Amino acid sequence: MKIRVVSVQFKPRKGDVEHNLHRVAEVLRQVVEDGVPADVVVFPETITSGYFLEGGVREAARTREQILEALVRRYQPFARPEPLDVVLGFYELWHGKYYNSALYLTLSAEPESCRIVHTHRKFFLPTYGVFQEKRFVARGRNIEVFPTRFGPATVLICEDVWHSITGTIAALKGAEVFYVIAASPGRGFHGENVGNVMKWQQILCSVAEEHGVWVVNASLVGFEGGKGFVGQSMVVNPFGQVVVSAPLMKEAMITATIDTEEIAIARANAPLLADLESGLADLLIEMQEIAAEQHARDRQ
Amino acid sequence: MSKLEVIHAPERTHDAEELLRINAPLVAEWLVEFLRDEMIRRRGFHRAVVGLSGGVDSSVTAFLCARALGAENVWGIRMPYRTSSPESLEHAQLVIDQLGIHSRTIDITPAVDGYLQYEPDADGRRRGNVMARMRMIVLFDLSAKLNALPVGTGNKTERLFGYFTWHADDSPPINPLGDLFKTQVWQLARYLGVPEVIVSKPASADLIVGQTDEDDLGISYHLADQILYFLLRGYRVEQIEEMGYPPEKILLVKGRLESTHWKRHLPTTAMLSSTSINDYYLRPVDY
Repeated sequence: MKIRVVSVQFKPRKGDVEHNLHRVAEVLRQVVEDGVPADVVVFPETITSGYFLEGGVREAARTREQILEALVRRYQPFARPEPLDVVLGFYELWHGKYYNSALYLTLSAEPESCRIVHTHRKFFLPTYGVFQEKRFVARGRNIEVFPTRFGPATVLICEDVWHSITGTIAALKGAEVFYVIAASPGRGFHGENVGNVMKWQQILCSVAEEHGVWVVNASLVGFEGGKGFVGQSMVVNPFGQVVVSAPLMKEAMITATIDTEEIAIARANAPLLADLESGLADLLIEMQEIAAEQHARDRQ
Repeated sequence: MSKLEVIHAPERTHDAEELLRINAPLVAEWLVEFLRDEMIRRRGFHRAVVGLSGGVDSSVTAFLCARALGAENVWGIRMPYRTSSPESLEHAQLVIDQLGIHSRTIDITPAVDGYLQYEPDADGRRRGNVMARMRMIVLFDLSAKLNALPVGTGNKTERLFGYFTWHADDSPPINPLGDLFKTQVWQLARYLGVPEVIVSKPASADLIVGQTDEDDLGISYHLADQILYFLLRGYRVEQIEEMGYPPEKILLVKGRLESTHWKRHLPTTAMLSSTSINDYYLRPVDY
């Protein structure tokens, strides 16, 4: 299966959800009208509002149905005959709580065929240093793999992928493509590139290589209150190699055709996932022991 | 059986010079993008005014503004007082000439002395504060006239030391250098091509004749930046001492840092409700 993916990075207008959804739609219009090869278009974390909102999350949050409806309405005037899948990050209102979430949608020329395929709510909420997520949003509870028109996939948001265990869970559940959306403010200007860009590349390449999966990353750009998001979105193959990356800081879109048949080749060369599966029961017992010990220690 | 060679890990060194080293081209690119993003995209300003003192901070700021906005959109404003060093004017002129930016020279002496005639006993510190605040008034007024944004020039070291006049040199709405230590500003200056005579001269606020920053502070910027680097990362005084830094200098830096938190914040407001601004009602500056 070949999937034509597009990763888009642009600077959203702070807190202006309507404007940013319009901008998302304008990018989709460009993809359709210019014939950019695309089956799945991926936008960064919190692209509908910008990332650092603090209490403004309450005003910018939308339900997933509102996001779908807004995009369906904007997409119709230029819709192409074949469906188009979209991944994007937004602040979500769901069951009386606010979340940092991602949607995987399928848009279609017929409004009634447009649908939400999957919602991921960020599992690991950074609340340290410059980040304050736990103060303003609730934590998601699942790392899920869901069927798409192109096979099983997962969506992870920013710190989610910094923990190797989330990638492990998604790979064990059968994900072949990881859509990783991010908002990463640049820090560290000593090396050849911004410190966290180098760290991101290392993490994404490691997760792709360890599990033999494709990784499609979209990362926010632009400054918010002096904090500049790095961009440099990238696509990584199952051998852990970057096949294309966007520029640092600048608005851009990148395209790649990913071939899921390469997954089997990568995993045959480095059968780490199969080894993990065979040792899973033992690992699970180890994990339970660690959790029990930690629980007991914390109760003392 | 022959013994194996033993290879020990090298002693861990804290090479602060190396830790403070920046990738100057990358930083310049980042700050140029910051200026474009915050000035043009967010606030809709295409012009900048920079108070040019002839020192390295304001020179670097002017260089960055010229890169970000084009030299034709940058005004370098020289604001001498009668006791200011003529060298300051000359060095500012070097920057104006090299960049080809617009310039104005406003002598603040009559305005400053106009006020100080009512306070003839004002000491040097108060007189310096009046000068710094008068320069702020000039910059903001000219920014209104030119439909430009005043761009701040304060660096991280002086911000951490509280070595600035509150609501004067810290007052412009954007500041590209505020997260760069002084020694990092010097690195950036050399990359940008700021005249060497400006980069290598002793830093001075030029508010009092013959004054230098390092005399005022009682420590060199090189040493201060290294100690600040470790303090900010959470190292204790004893740990920094073990690295070989003089205890009295560590305490000097720590004392200045800890006694000036108030200067890095907006005025403290008495909280009376659960919707207190910046306590409960939290919105980022650009929301």
